[in-house]
Amino acid sequence: MSREQLAVERARRAFSTGRSKPLAYRIRQLNNLRRFLVERQSEIAEAAKKDLNRSEVGIQLFETLGLESEIQLVIKNLKKWAAPRAVEKNLVTLSDTLYIQPEPLGVVLVIGAWNYPWAVTLFPLIGAIAAGNAAVVKPSEVCVHTSTVMEELLNAYLDKELYPVVTGGVQETQELLKQRFDHIVYTGNSMVGRIVMEAAAKHLTPVTLELGGKSPCYIDKNCDIPLACRRVTWGKFTNCGQTCIAPDYVLCEASIQDRVIDEMKKCIKEFYTDDPKSFLDYGRIINERHFRRILAMTEDSTVAVGGESDHTECYIAPTILRDVKAGSKVMQEEIFGPLLPIVPVSGLEGAIDFINQGEKSLVIYVFSTDKKLINRLIEETSSGAVLANDCLVHYSVSSLPFGGVGNSGMGCYHGKFSFDQLSHLRSCMVRPLKNEGMNSMRYPPHTLGKLGWARFFLVQAPDLALMGRVGALAVLVAVAGFLINAYLL
Amino acid sequence: MERQAVKKAREAFLSGRTRALEFRLQQLTALQKMIAERQTEIATALKQDINRSQYDTPLLELIGLENDISLAIAKLAEWAAPRPVERNLLTIRDEAYIQPEPLGVVLIIGAWNYPWALTLSPLVGAIAAGNAAVVKPSELSECSSLLLRALLPRYLDQDLYPVVTGGVSETQELLKQRFDHVFYTGSGSVGRLVMEAASRHLTPVTLELGGKSPCYIDKDCDLRVACRRITWGKFTNCGQTCIAPDYILCEASIQGKVVDGIRQTLLEFYGADPKCSADYGRIINPRHFNRVMNLMEGYTAVLGGQSDASQRYIAPTVLKDVPPHSRMMQEEIFGPVLPIVTVSDMDEAIRFVNEREKPLALYIFCSDKLAVKKMIEETTSGGVTVNDVMMHYTLSSLPFGGVGQSGMGSYHGKHTFDRLSHMRACLVRSLGMESFNLARYPPQDRQRARRVRMALRSPMIDFSKRTFVWAVAASVVAFGLFVTLLVILLIASGLNCTCWYWQGFYN
Repeated sequence: MSREQLAVERARRAFSTGRSKPLAYRIRQLNNLRRFLVERQSEIAEAAKKDLNRSEVGIQLFETLGLESEIQLVIKNLKKWAAPRAVEKNLVTLSDTLYIQPEPLGVVLVIGAWNYPWAVTLFPLIGAIAAGNAAVVKPSEVCVHTSTVMEELLNAYLDKELYPVVTGGVQETQELLKQRFDHIVYTGNSMVGRIVMEAAAKHLTPVTLELGGKSPCYIDKNCDIPLACRRVTWGKFTNCGQTCIAPDYVLCEASIQDRVIDEMKKCIKEFYTDDPKSFLDYGRIINERHFRRILAMTEDSTVAVGGESDHTECYIAPTILRDVKAGSKVMQEEIFGPLLPIVPVSGLEGAIDFINQGEKSLVIYVFSTDKKLINRLIEETSSGAVLANDCLVHYSVSSLPFGGVGNSGMGCYHGKFSFDQLSHLRSCMVRPLKNEGMNSMRYPPHTLGKLGWARFFLVQAPDLALMGRVGALAVLVAVAGFLINAYLL
Repeated sequence: MERQAVKKAREAFLSGRTRALEFRLQQLTALQKMIAERQTEIATALKQDINRSQYDTPLLELIGLENDISLAIAKLAEWAAPRPVERNLLTIRDEAYIQPEPLGVVLIIGAWNYPWALTLSPLVGAIAAGNAAVVKPSELSECSSLLLRALLPRYLDQDLYPVVTGGVSETQELLKQRFDHVFYTGSGSVGRLVMEAASRHLTPVTLELGGKSPCYIDKDCDLRVACRRITWGKFTNCGQTCIAPDYILCEASIQGKVVDGIRQTLLEFYGADPKCSADYGRIINPRHFNRVMNLMEGYTAVLGGQSDASQRYIAPTVLKDVPPHSRMMQEEIFGPVLPIVTVSDMDEAIRFVNEREKPLALYIFCSDKLAVKKMIEETTSGGVTVNDVMMHYTLSSLPFGGVGQSGMGSYHGKHTFDRLSHMRACLVRSLGMESFNLARYPPQDRQRARRVRMALRSPMIDFSKRTFVWAVAASVVAFGLFVTLLVILLIASGLNCTCWYWQGFYN
């Protein structure tokens, strides 16, 4: 039996003992996870620095802080989320007990990514633990040091059998995908996403796919351009552009293109100094393959800012490309690097048309002070999410579902959405073994009369809640009238 | 031809006409009209397909559909409106909401056992959510699918909601096309193929499959009533219901009484010879007839057991003392054969259920509330109905769907709307308050990080209108009570400060 098969089987056996069901156990595991993030801060930061050249503050800001607040949110709300949920009744079910009971699914597979290895791998794990599942965690092999830290240290804090960490490359992942899971959460690219879903289909396993795409960013000519450029620059060059929700390219009118480029140039200098290469907070491309892929994209476009690179360090300077056309190399696939193409369009119409030609992206950004313009863009396009006048931050609002649509993914998570996505919401109806008279209309032999009664009872009851409130108000008015009559008149 | 239909549906969707709520309401009203006006034709088609009685058709399919449509029409504006969400300190001045949006072109593959309900109920949700939908009814219920193909274009937009009929090869051709959601009702083996085909286009799926739905009867419950309800659920539509109680689990001591109860009820329902009853159905086709007959091989029925291949008739049949590992217990029966498997107690029943694949429905007949709670907690299934069968299907506020091998995704009522929509997260910030953002820009330092940490960790606050109204009302009431308390205290302390008022009165 392979190592992967063993890990999955052990997880399943541990799950069937039922120990992940009690809420106290789940909360204990989540607290342990939080302790891990706090106590092992330095090991985590060191691994991130070696893998991604990310600064310690950077790792807190973009990964561990979000994780800690998510754990806090989950622990605070777990009891509420896991409790039976009431539903509306109708006339036939007036005397029944009805509710939706959230239940664990079983064994979840979490396949992480390399760009934010902690956030992307642990966010789904938090949801899996909260929902009472076992979870096999497969961090991305591209982040060698981070995977090692996860494998060695995570299981010192969490239940080893319920939440095993399985490291490895393509072969190990394929071996894992042959096993049977009750849900798979995958973060990565669409190509592998298809393979994951195909493998899941063999076991009828539901999937959550967090994929990517080219996230457009429209800058209206009448907005505060320096401020907009500042936010876009931050969103784009964080983690050297290797963020699934980074603004992939900018759409704006030709008349403001020069201004946009100037402002962004200023921001790049402000954020990363004149020499980003020597600056602590500017990252690197993850490996040589991606480095070459990204550089090749600049071949048929005009570089307006940056363009320098150093293959010994996998360094690419923050680069802006101007007058980019739809057919250019850089517009053919998700960039996932520090290149920001600016595509001139004729205005909002042109931008909407351009966006709708492509696949649905993970997010659409729009910078404008005109509410009507923003609403029009929202109505006439589709994407995983929309963020107006800023970049990336919708990720941190846990009351908003985070996920894609179409080629950018399926399913969503964060906060309660993770819990619901990794639970089975079981419908429960508890009836009494009496009132058999009511049921007689459904039993054969059927007659027209019985059918008439059935129709009467089954046709959707009027809003019972409203009726109740109106009734209560009527009683209050009657009592008030009586009192007024008795004591004041 | 399939490719053409999908292409036209996509073009029609891209024209944008399904966006307007008025359009969707108009289509739903037209669908409602179709069902109301064509009841007789639908009933005739069903009689020819599966020998459904003229009363069972409205009872089991059409009333439910009518309800679905009326609910969708009444609630559409509410369902399609933006849904505000809680905000935190960082987003306190922003607009944050979830906007339901159409997905695009949905493929609905119907089933043959309830061809109208199972094909049109997802269509109601698809229309309500603003999608186009290609409807592929099952070829096994031939008359119904041909009737649907004739009727639907006369009431609904022909380009947006085409009906594509055909068999396996037409379905395979359809599955090669790109959809934005595929909604399939049927068997697990085809469900796998559907999901595999969908994975090529990264299309999400809803699979309503089946399984063996167990029915546990506790020895201390009212057996008479239990047996009547189970008999109804099992033999309706000749057992060809995905949520029919597939088999019974009970203690050996009550097995005889259970059989008696079922025998009595069968007499009440279908008379001495169910073959002559207008209310008793037939098996859909010879292949399934043979399949069910083969399952029964080697067993002596304690009730029924007669059959007539020329009519595809199988009598309501009950088998007792069926061994747990027999062939009968390996696949979903989907026919009028009810095996009874004896267990020693409820714990063994729970173990029995858990050893097998997760079923679509679990039925428990028991008057002990605690025991019922235990059984629900220690098992899992798509849905549960206690002390009755199938009824959880009828309430649209309960999501209907499977788990594990019995399916993925759920629908009915608002759940269909949500399932066939994209819930788009929208955050509209202002181009101001930049000071809050300073901490996130490089160069990063510890002080800034501390500030960001504080902001990110702030609790979520619910700014919805309802909470605001409650907060104001509660404050007013609290203030009123406070004032009342003050007045009472003052009066109690001897009217010293109100004396001057009364003095003036007497002067």
